[in-house]
Amino acid sequence: MVRAFNWLIPHPLLTLILTIVWMLLQNELSAGMVVFGFILGVIIPWGTSVWWPDTPQGFRLGKMIRYSFIVIGDIIVANVQVAWIVLTVPTSKLKPSWIVVPLKLREPEAITLLAGTITLTPGTVSADLSDQGHSLLVHVLHTDNPDSVLADIKTRYEARLLEIFS
Amino acid sequence: MTAQIIGTYFVCLSLIIGSGFVLVGVIGLLKFNDPMTRLHAPTKVGTVGIGMLLIASIIHSYGMGEPSTHELLIMAFLFVTAPISANFIAKVNIHRRACETPPAPPEDDTWSTLNVPEGDVTPEETT
Repeated sequence: MVRAFNWLIPHPLLTLILTIVWMLLQNELSAGMVVFGFILGVIIPWGTSVWWPDTPQGFRLGKMIRYSFIVIGDIIVANVQVAWIVLTVPTSKLKPSWIVVPLKLREPEAITLLAGTITLTPGTVSADLSDQGHSLLVHVLHTDNPDSVLADIKTRYEARLLEIFS
Repeated sequence: MTAQIIGTYFVCLSLIIGSGFVLVGVIGLLKFNDPMTRLHAPTKVGTVGIGMLLIASIIHSYGMGEPSTHELLIMAFLFVTAPISANFIAKVNIHRRACETPPAPPEDDTWSTLNVPEGDVTPEETT
């Protein structure tokens, strides 16, 4: 039974997400749509499994949901801060700087999530990855103290992502 | 009736906040003169600005009696794709030396954008 389940649904989370996306696309809640969404959720991961050679081993969904709420809160706060900078700080007094974030994360999925988080929170944009993938280049719009931004990224986001992918 | 009025107020509030952030993003885009600092303005428009406009759309659709959830999908796909386009613009800026040269990474040789593999020379340089 378990083997049949694993054979039919190799990525349960992906199946669930695809079913939900199909439901949202249809804009209606009916049994037929749930079944059709589930069929799509089985067929699509199965057909594209060739392109998923090594999925991350550990992934904690509960911590991921908490992480997304923290990020959404940070996005709103940072948006107001950056709007204030844009409106009040004259261009000549702006202090943009590059910071280099040394990465403890190794999984490509985790690094992608961290880079996406950094870009979505305004005021910081992740620009590049070093050629072996050990550090991330981040551009900061306006800061007096680049080290505090770096410490913020490391403790607030990277530490949590390390827990999620462990 | 009252619920509809409250809904209308929420729609107005979301629209004002959303368009305010879009306006600030545009001001930032026009005001800054360096390509890298300019990049920061659209990331703000893409998250809270569009997000609030979509929330207004959701509330409005429920108020009109035709519930719609497509906006949630738009938001999800926007959050997934916005960092990628920002990353590409940043890479182009680094590649064209349109900004300050970034500091070298501590552990590895160079940034992957500036890394030119050996033997990977353009035809113009060889001839």
